[in-house]
Amino acid sequence: MRAKNLQVIYVMWLREMKIFLRAKSRWISNLALPFFFLFTMAFGFRRFRIAGVFHGMSYGNFLVPGIIGMTMLFSSMFTGISILWDRDFGFLKEIMVAPVKRSAVILGRVSGGVTNNLIQGISILLSSFLIGFRINSLLSIFWALLFMVVISVGFNGLSVAIASKMRDPQAFPLIMHFFTYPAFLFSGALFPIADLPFWLRSFSYLDPLTYGVDGLRGVLVGFSQFPPILDLSVLLIFSLAMVILGSWLFSRTEV
Amino acid sequence: MLAIEVKNLTKKFNRLKAVNNISFKVEKGEIFGLLGPNGAGKTTTIKMLITLVKPNGGEAKVWGFDILKQKNEVRNSIGIVFQEPALDNRLTGKENLDFHARLYGLDKETRKKRIKEVLELVELRDKANVLVGNYSGGMQRRLEIARGLMHYPKILFLDEPSLGLDTQTRRRIWEYILRLNKKEKTTIVLTTHYMEEADYLCQRVAIIDFGKIVALDTPANLKSVLGGDVISIEAVPSEKAFQVFQKISWVKKINQHNGTIDLNCEQGEKKIPLLMKIDQENLGFEIKSINLRKPTLEDVFLHFTGKTIRETEVSQSEKNKRAMRRRFRR
Repeated sequence: MRAKNLQVIYVMWLREMKIFLRAKSRWISNLALPFFFLFTMAFGFRRFRIAGVFHGMSYGNFLVPGIIGMTMLFSSMFTGISILWDRDFGFLKEIMVAPVKRSAVILGRVSGGVTNNLIQGISILLSSFLIGFRINSLLSIFWALLFMVVISVGFNGLSVAIASKMRDPQAFPLIMHFFTYPAFLFSGALFPIADLPFWLRSFSYLDPLTYGVDGLRGVLVGFSQFPPILDLSVLLIFSLAMVILGSWLFSRTEV
Repeated sequence: MLAIEVKNLTKKFNRLKAVNNISFKVEKGEIFGLLGPNGAGKTTTIKMLITLVKPNGGEAKVWGFDILKQKNEVRNSIGIVFQEPALDNRLTGKENLDFHARLYGLDKETRKKRIKEVLELVELRDKANVLVGNYSGGMQRRLEIARGLMHYPKILFLDEPSLGLDTQTRRRIWEYILRLNKKEKTTIVLTTHYMEEADYLCQRVAIIDFGKIVALDTPANLKSVLGGDVISIEAVPSEKAFQVFQKISWVKKINQHNGTIDLNCEQGEKKIPLLMKIDQENLGFEIKSINLRKPTLEDVFLHFTGKTIRETEVSQSEKNKRAMRRRFRR
């Protein structure tokens, strides 16, 4: 039974990969936004110095982990969209009548989404070296990958959970923007949250992406608000909760 | 053991009873048809049997497994071809089959062998590596039948297998269905609102209307209920003719509507010469035309429900929806 579940996870992942590799438009749209953000902001704010925070760090170095976190967040939307498409085109029925565990189906989808996110995260990281981004050590890359995985597992799970409760594929992006933009802006991806007034900062503390961005920054450039291990723990709890919630809601959907 | 056993199955949508307390049995190896107009409750019945929809009452066993308590066992024993397409257009035909096979836990050897087999059955081998998005409607339906068979199901459910297909493709699909019933001994349950489809394919047919089964038998027995063939006669003046025909001994039943007289009788082709003779006796009327009809399930349906199968607006809006979807995807 366990081997069979792994097979299900694998086949769901494999399908996501095949579709992803064939959809060239998705490649472009997925990579274009983070690159625009990265290049315009890094160069545009090149001469800015914010007192007491950057410790001589360039804004570019501050920004790269934030953009990676942002990419994990925004791209996770696709996993939910693909569920809604499957429902709309009837393919979800094919999955729902198969003798398989719903949680295995969801884990397969999430792992597909995470793989896509990792590909993007790595391409952003590599290209950021071109604009002068420097990391602490090679080991940083390993830790950064770990953070990318937990962040994107969490948001993929959230995406699945919301998609399972929705019928209308056109309304989904609107609902998701309602989550993604606040999550992005409060996360401290663009500026240190320490500079926010307290009442705004409390939103940041509720935002899972805050810990993602902070953790990435900690392991990549050695600057963080919390110890990275705390960031990692929060993210692990968040992603576990989201995957369970997503699987549960998905198993209750009717086609 | 029976292939399917349904007892008092009921499904309500809000107040509407889509399926109202129906019971039937399907034998192993049988081709069983649910015949009825759109919205009669055929698809809802199937959806309950394939564990997609939960019934409000009653019980059912599919291949000996309870549809509520043994979902996975039921799912393992059945293959399904849905009414609306359920393929991934972004994958090739072969990839769709491979996805299905892996989902049902087939090993590599079996997958390879079976994909070849089922593609051969539906004559799609040369299109195996084409994206399904480029398939025609008929090819998609054939691929879905192939997919339904991938995991050697004991029972194959076909929900309106030839809906929206042209006559040639429909004929081909019928041949596949008969072939796989014979070759693989697959029990087949299909829904249809095409009379000739139920007549041609099914060993037994349940006529379903407003969520209830109104008749269940072999097509031949159902038709014999009507009392043989129907001869339709146009004659002037028709009242006079009616009076004469009424007295003929071999006429079992006589009806008159819109100036046409319908006679029910056995072996209608042998009665036409007799009618010609009566015409020549100059009894005060003249026969303008004679038309012999063998009874169809259409007549049976009319007999049991008091109306012809109605094409509801539902089917039209379904079609629109599907067209919209295709446009959206491109």
